[in-house]
Amino acid sequence: MSQSTDTAPLAPIAAARPVARAWRMPDWMITTISILVFLGLWESARDHIDPLFASYPSAILKAAWRMTLNGRLPDALWESAQPFLAGYALAAILGVPIGLLLGRYRVLQAAFGIYVTAGYSTPLIALVPLLLLWFGLGFTVKTVIIFLLTFFPICINSWAGVRAVPKSLVEVGTAFCASQQTIMRQIVLPAVLPYIMAGLRLGVGKAVIAMVIAEFLTAISGLGGVIMSSANAFRTADMFVPIILIMVLAVLLTNFVEWIERRIAPWQTELTGHDAP
Amino acid sequence: MSHVQLNRISKSFSLRVDGKPQTIHALRDVSFEIAQGEIVALAGPSGCGKTTCLRIIMGLETATSGEITVGGRRVSGCGHDRGMVFQHAELLPWKTAAENIKFALAAKGVASSELDAMAARYLELVNLGHAANRRPHQLSGGMRQRIGIARALAIDPEVLLMDEPFGALDSQTRETLQMEVLSIHQRTRKTVIFVTHDLDEAVLLADRVVVMSQGSVQEIISVDVPRPREDIRAIIASTEFMTKRARIWSALHDAKPRPPILESAA
Ligand SMILES: Nc1ncnc2c1ncn2[C@@H]1O[C@H](COP(=O)(O)OP(=O)(O)OP(=O)(O)O)[C@@H](O)[C@H]1O
Ligand SMILES: [Mg+2]
Repeated sequence: MSQSTDTAPLAPIAAARPVARAWRMPDWMITTISILVFLGLWESARDHIDPLFASYPSAILKAAWRMTLNGRLPDALWESAQPFLAGYALAAILGVPIGLLLGRYRVLQAAFGIYVTAGYSTPLIALVPLLLLWFGLGFTVKTVIIFLLTFFPICINSWAGVRAVPKSLVEVGTAFCASQQTIMRQIVLPAVLPYIMAGLRLGVGKAVIAMVIAEFLTAISGLGGVIMSSANAFRTADMFVPIILIMVLAVLLTNFVEWIERRIAPWQTELTGHDAP
Repeated sequence: MSHVQLNRISKSFSLRVDGKPQTIHALRDVSFEIAQGEIVALAGPSGCGKTTCLRIIMGLETATSGEITVGGRRVSGCGHDRGMVFQHAELLPWKTAAENIKFALAAKGVASSELDAMAARYLELVNLGHAANRRPHQLSGGMRQRIGIARALAIDPEVLLMDEPFGALDSQTRETLQMEVLSIHQRTRKTVIFVTHDLDEAVLLADRVVVMSQGSVQEIISVDVPRPREDIRAIIASTEFMTKRARIWSALHDAKPRPPILESAA
């Protein structure tokens, strides 16, 4: 043994100097800084921007303020929100259970799986002219378009989820003689939950796209209508207002779904959560 | 009277490898009987069919041919008369330690008012009372395995089936649990069938050791160390123990691993 070790006891030194942890910037702060830098760069380019072809943050903000005061933006938002929520809710309420049933029962999968796969991989936008004939130009047709584009990703995700449930865990239920109902509720469903939530998250994006397209192609109305009419009138700043509003709302909705997922399936983030440097 | 009886059990798996159909004869003509209250160890090289044998007794797998009876009843599917400890614990990741045990208890029909107390008791049995509210991924491999054991014991089965239950444990914990199994056995006279790679464990716990090779029973060796086996140290040092150990060692040494793969035409 070296001579220095027998004089100084190790434990008190270690106790006196707890390992200092470097301060880590929280994620939200990094995101905020990133957004501010981006907006700053964009704004600084304002002198080079022709307001006819593009716009910059302060002009957009001004336009947003004006459109909020004169009621154009709130009205459009309300008009868009109704078919969006109706179509998305319908897609979730039907898509999740149908996906679960397809994954659980071989016969159903063989009989109907092909339609879901087809619906998922076909550009359903192509059906819009036909839908217009069937449902007219109003709320109904928008809801149907949003539903159609959102249903398939939600359904296909919960379907794939059931098929990915580890067989060994279902066997635990079998080995302890749990009823089919218990196995479904306490083993299959929790295992599928992350897939369902991923589908719902994807669905938000699809529903937003569907909403804007529906408003472009049917009666020019809602936020999509504002985009169209502003673009036609070369009011570029006005056009950016609904685009940015849709972006912000879509991000918020996606985060909301993620938040729900963390609440109802905390084990999942604990299992897969990694702490990248 | 025999409690568990395997009568010419065979099991083959058909699968495709590179498009060619193959048949693996995981078990071939396996027959043995286990008396009420007996402890039997299944030993043999990796891939010789131990897990498959246990799964068939549990009812998780159906034999291609042959018959199994437990307590005189023909086995078809799972039952509360048998409790299984899996090779890889297989706890439900979304349930806490206590909830995993309660899952098994509830499936057996234990009244919900008693679930908490019983789960706590069995967790305490495997020294995990402090971890009751942790989820499996917050536990070490050995802790998970102990919960798997507690879960199987909790349903109070007549036959306890354990697939390498102590393989992942440190020697101290393993010894504690081995003693626990011996004392539970002493009290309840349960029939126990367990798979092990550990010669000491086989001799220490078992009345007989079934040595398997290539999917069939190569040899059944009686251990004949008197019960109760309370003083591990004395037993391990005894000459009977040594001779039996050597005997099983040479049987295992002769055993061949994997069952043969038959490539069938068609
Ligand atoms: N589901 C399955 N499909 C195809 N082959 C299988 C299946 N299950 C087991 N086998 C084969 O059967 C044989 C016996 O497997 P088993 O799991 O019973 O071995 P084991 O004795 O438990 O081995 P170990 O000690 O490594 O756990 C192996 O050759 C394995 O490849
Ligand atoms: Mg095995």
